[in-house]
Amino acid sequence: MAHDHHHDHDHEHGSELSDMQLRTRALETILIEKGYIDPAAIDELIETYEKKIGPRNGAQVVAKSWVDPQFRKWLFEDGTAAIGSLGFGGRSGNHLVALENTPSVHNMVVCTLCSCYPWAVLGLPPLWYKSAPYRSRTVADPRGVLADFGIALPKDTEIRVWDSTAELRYLVVPMRPAGTEGWSEEKLAELVTRDSMIGTGVAKSPKELT
Amino acid sequence: MNGGQDLGGMHGFGPVEPEPNEPVFHAEWEKRAFALTLAMARPGGWNIDMGRFARENRPAGEYLAMSYYQVWFAALESMMKERDLVAEDEIAAGHSLHTPKKVERVLSPADVLKVLHRGGPTERETNTKPAFKPGDRVRAKTINPPTHTRLPRYVRGRIGEIERVIGCHVFPDTNSLGAGENPQWLYTVRFDGRELWGPQGDPTATVSVDAWEPYLVPA
Repeated sequence: MAHDHHHDHDHEHGSELSDMQLRTRALETILIEKGYIDPAAIDELIETYEKKIGPRNGAQVVAKSWVDPQFRKWLFEDGTAAIGSLGFGGRSGNHLVALENTPSVHNMVVCTLCSCYPWAVLGLPPLWYKSAPYRSRTVADPRGVLADFGIALPKDTEIRVWDSTAELRYLVVPMRPAGTEGWSEEKLAELVTRDSMIGTGVAKSPKELT
Repeated sequence: MNGGQDLGGMHGFGPVEPEPNEPVFHAEWEKRAFALTLAMARPGGWNIDMGRFARENRPAGEYLAMSYYQVWFAALESMMKERDLVAEDEIAAGHSLHTPKKVERVLSPADVLKVLHRGGPTERETNTKPAFKPGDRVRAKTINPPTHTRLPRYVRGRIGEIERVIGCHVFPDTNSLGAGENPQWLYTVRFDGRELWGPQGDPTATVSVDAWEPYLVPA
């Protein structure tokens, strides 16, 4: 899949883009005229994934797992139920599995066949997650992919790659950064990046919080 | 199908390029392509596996040259045309020219959150027993169906270990063809990096895939 797509903003490559603009508008018009869709539902769907469902959901789950040992145990035993107790689930999150990063094991998630991703806790996937470079290399050269993200793990760290081939959706639970003792869940959640929950990053350190 | 979508292990695509502060969508039309696809699934009468097959089912070169939402949009158009929900002349005209087909349940704005919250669970009840248990060694079958499958090429013929019995889940290989949900036991199977990639494999890495029982034989 063309991975240079993020350079194609409206002001560049105008003809290709306006072609897609025209084609999507034409189809939407037809579907409205035929009564197959309600345009207000289309707007609602877009707004939901732009504003309501995103990685802040997952960050809440991770932060809770850092302060609440019982929740943490439940999360790794039954991710769907534990995450559901915080109100997250449903589409691309009906069957959730949480993966624990430790000093000796690093988990990372990919979908080599398409773009499966835990929408319910992370929102829609970033472009790189859906791109050919990430989908092709993660299963064969995970350390090389981590290097693209500026992450170098110790040589003896075990790397576990999870290829999302079914309807299970994986959420990586990064390690809690040092120097955060006594922090509130809300403040801890600010350290949890999207990439740390995919496994292509780690949680921020307190000094990275600005 | 052995198409452009089955990318695991391919060389030559270059580095991963994360985009700082990436927006959820990169153009207005991407939003429309995304939301139209979600909203049309129920009135259109297709399931998630048919949707995936419609996206991957094109020449590999074409698939790789298209952007993500271009693939989504092309699949939406083709699924609508196949079901006579929209005709080619209407797409050309940009307007409805023929009597609409009767569809069930048009998505209303009030139902959006409810429908998303329900999602699409794929686990099904069964009175069968799983053939494998955690710790069993299994070989992924060598299969090359020209239709939809979720067994990636890079694990076919390789030996792994059952890590987890997940449950009985809808089988995409039949569901994508409209041949029934045909629920099958689903397992997490873990493969060593060296088993998958030989001397080029990372000895500290393993790869786990979720594989349905029909994909596996004892090893």
